[in-house]
Amino acid sequence: MLQKPRLLTVLDVVAIVSFIIATALVFFYAPLERVMGAVQKVFYFHVAAGWVGMLSFLLAAIVGVLYLIRKDLKWDFVGVAAVEIGIAFTLINVVTGAIWARPIWNTWWTWDPRLTTATIMELVYFAYLMLRSGIEEPERRARFGAVYAIIGFLSVPLTFFSIRLFRTIHPVVIGSNDPGAMGAFDMTPRMTQVFLFSLVAFSIVYFDLLWHRIRLGKLAERVESLRLKLQA
Amino acid sequence: MNGLTPFLRAMGAVVWKDLRAEWRSREVISAMLVFALLVILIFNFALDLQPNVRAGISAGVLWVTLAFAGTLGLNRSMAVEKDRGCLDGLLLAPVDRAAIYLGKAFANFLFMLLVAVIVLPLYGILYNTNMLMPGLLVVVLLGSEGYVAVGTLLASMAVQARTRDILLPILLFPVAVPVVVSAVKATGGFLAGWSWEEIQPWFTLLVVYDVIFTSVAFMVFDSVVEE
Repeated sequence: MLQKPRLLTVLDVVAIVSFIIATALVFFYAPLERVMGAVQKVFYFHVAAGWVGMLSFLLAAIVGVLYLIRKDLKWDFVGVAAVEIGIAFTLINVVTGAIWARPIWNTWWTWDPRLTTATIMELVYFAYLMLRSGIEEPERRARFGAVYAIIGFLSVPLTFFSIRLFRTIHPVVIGSNDPGAMGAFDMTPRMTQVFLFSLVAFSIVYFDLLWHRIRLGKLAERVESLRLKLQA
Repeated sequence: MNGLTPFLRAMGAVVWKDLRAEWRSREVISAMLVFALLVILIFNFALDLQPNVRAGISAGVLWVTLAFAGTLGLNRSMAVEKDRGCLDGLLLAPVDRAAIYLGKAFANFLFMLLVAVIVLPLYGILYNTNMLMPGLLVVVLLGSEGYVAVGTLLASMAVQARTRDILLPILLFPVAVPVVVSAVKATGGFLAGWSWEEIQPWFTLLVVYDVIFTSVAFMVFDSVVEE
């Protein structure tokens, strides 16, 4: 518990190396997109970060269900870790999107449903953190966190997928596109390779961070219980 | 009463208790109503509701008004339970806790509908639009149901937190977005006289979220109130 597991160290190294390789691939291996040019390269990390963020929120909802069934605090450590990391990656997703949108859509931000729901999703999880910070008792905090993670995931991320009801300007590279979308393109084989590699690299980085954050949660709890023991 | 199952009887008792308490004090309804009126009047200045502009945004104004007034009622409905120790009394009662949840949610639903029943014609008179279309009324019914279903659950969490007065809107608004957006779109569709084919996707989304929120809240309420 106190000792850092060797597997985690290995995962650290793998995460760093694969992230460097992904960056190198994006810059030197992936071809330039004919119309959009260099800015299109944002796509590889934009989608990867969005994927990891969504995965993270899904994980938070799943461990929320597990917590409510088992009442084991270890699931709560996973839940809060997943939400925090998910917020970070969703923010990366939104910011890289804005960087791409500036030259392509000629604006940093537009009130497109897809952009708006992604941002509201971010707010759901900010609310999650605020809810937790308002409750001292760990067991109740875990219960409320679990409930809110479930409700939150049912709400906005699902809307995000049902977004095809709206007409959107956001391109869909995988699957069918809205005719109103701007900045769409077809991936060449090289692009697909780089894209898939960055998905894998981001996922490895994600699990590495998650592990660290869960460990941090456990250590923080240990510090807390030791402190109580000293006071007693 | 003898034809009813114990579950419905418990639920009915909670609803009846809330209605009677409200009938004696008239605190919540009057606060919600005055607040709703204020919101509508402020919107008039803020948005400069000219007849040509108004047509497009009536639905939005209406739902923002209902949502804000609803938050007021939801917060209050759980806060009185917590403050006077009524919640503990309710939880001690040997009934299914889901019945307590449904009772509270149904009472909140009735309060929100009452506000809507007064606000809708009033808005119609003030802005000279016909708000009393059957389709629109169904949307108000469904929208309020979804909002209150998730709102009652979140309010019962919010009152147990340290920052409770400010917490409910922050918890509720982002989560209630699917309900509010689909309700606004469907309402706007009815007001603008869209065909049913155009309104139907929003209507369906609204029904779907009503079902999701009500059933999930029903299932998890137990873990929100357990001590």
